[in-house]
Amino acid sequence: MRTARTVAEVMAQSQAGDVLDELDRELVGLAPVKARIRDIAALLVIDRLRMNQGLQAQTPSLHMSFTGNPGTGKTTVALRMAQILHRLGYIRKGHLVAVTRDDLVGQYVGHTAPKTREVLKKAMGGVLFIDEAYYLYRPDNERDYGQEAIEILMQVMENHRDDLVVILAGYGDRMETFFQSNPGMRSRIAHHLEFPDFAEGELLRIAEMMLEQQNYRFGPGAREAFQEYLARRIRQPQFANARSVRNALDRARLRQASRLFANPDKELTVDDLSTIESPDIRASRVFDPGAAATPNN
Amino acid sequence: MMTNPTGRLTQGQFSFLPDLTDAEITLQIEYGLKKGYAWAVEYTDDPHPRNTYWEMFGMPMFDLSDAAGVMMELKSCRSTFPQHYIRLVAFDSTRGVETIVMSFIVNRPAVEPGFGLVRQETNGRTMRYTIRGYEAERAEGERYRR
Ligand SMILES: Nc1ncnc2c1ncn2[C@@H]1O[C@H](COP(=O)(O)OP(=O)(O)OP(=O)(O)O)[C@@H](O)[C@H]1O
Ligand SMILES: [Mg+2]
Repeated sequence: MRTARTVAEVMAQSQAGDVLDELDRELVGLAPVKARIRDIAALLVIDRLRMNQGLQAQTPSLHMSFTGNPGTGKTTVALRMAQILHRLGYIRKGHLVAVTRDDLVGQYVGHTAPKTREVLKKAMGGVLFIDEAYYLYRPDNERDYGQEAIEILMQVMENHRDDLVVILAGYGDRMETFFQSNPGMRSRIAHHLEFPDFAEGELLRIAEMMLEQQNYRFGPGAREAFQEYLARRIRQPQFANARSVRNALDRARLRQASRLFANPDKELTVDDLSTIESPDIRASRVFDPGAAATPNN
Repeated sequence: MMTNPTGRLTQGQFSFLPDLTDAEITLQIEYGLKKGYAWAVEYTDDPHPRNTYWEMFGMPMFDLSDAAGVMMELKSCRSTFPQHYIRLVAFDSTRGVETIVMSFIVNRPAVEPGFGLVRQETNGRTMRYTIRGYEAERAEGERYRR
């Protein structure tokens, strides 16, 4: 294989383009996030070309923060990010280790450092994804062991840039408070990606994609029913974007199953088995005016 | 120098070769990880050949994907015990194997005086032989300090 001299050659040799295209195709919306990922990919490709020409090869820092509301795709994108960074040769293995406070912070003196280091060792060569990172910092308790974990993290983020990428994820406002109290952490993070809420139309597309992946589809009128469902659900508390869509579809499948189950002697066709009908959706409690405040159905 | 012909401890893999560089150690670790082994760092200042169990430096490392994690632990062991023998051991947890399958020294003291032969006269003209490390004369933690 000749040493790559063009962007196309690097993309072809690394097959990073496939992952980028897949990201575009399989994830609905998220335009600003996708744009940032393309920027990062571009930087790595150009760095590769520079290296091939003998120019500086200092690895850029790629620690990131993902902020956004629940269900906006942070975990999903982190997985893809690990693949892309691996294809582009930035990380050696490309796996993702997802943790929360409990995986890093210990229960007693001397427990935290080995715990944090163990997680870091597992993440080396890949991406360490810390969900709801702000729980590491408890301002109300200055003896909290979380601070110890933060310090070890910061040290490794600085000294092991070649070995792993750390992604801190969480809801926007709380992350902001976290960074304000931990300026050292903010300064180690090169890329802040904000995940916007999905628009209604995007949620509907996500629903259709999820159904298709599971070999289901909307029957006549069901799509419209789901659209109406979304319009109501969005305004209710605890709306969790794409995750709420997934949950709503799971419940619709449950109702479809019950509906089919009620007719034990009917011969069921492929069509019957794979169609979500409008009543399967309209039976949701979201359509019940009396129970508007209970979002979980 | 019958008892210490190379002037260095020869135990485990690669011990007749010049010391492995960190890059070479990394390659060995990668090889083990690909085989699914769990690496562990061990150290001692009593390298008697019958001293099978060295001290563990932290826990054995399961579920690692990359050698950098093991190297991080090795470096921290080296800075804690610069004048000790340190070895990396790989454990194969395959049912029925469940044993150490690789082991090699990755750190040694600057000077290795080796072992002396101890002769013990017993009944009649019988001789018993054993070996004893010259450094083992001194207390644990006080050895190899020069
Ligand atoms: N852009 C998208 N297109 C299609 N499906 C998506 C998209 N974003 C998220 N999903 C789906 O929505 C679900 C929730 O996404 P994910 O777990 O990544 O959200 P999150 O931001 O990590 O949420 P939380 O903050 O609650 O952890 C997943 O099942 C995922 O497949
Ligand atoms: Mg998540």
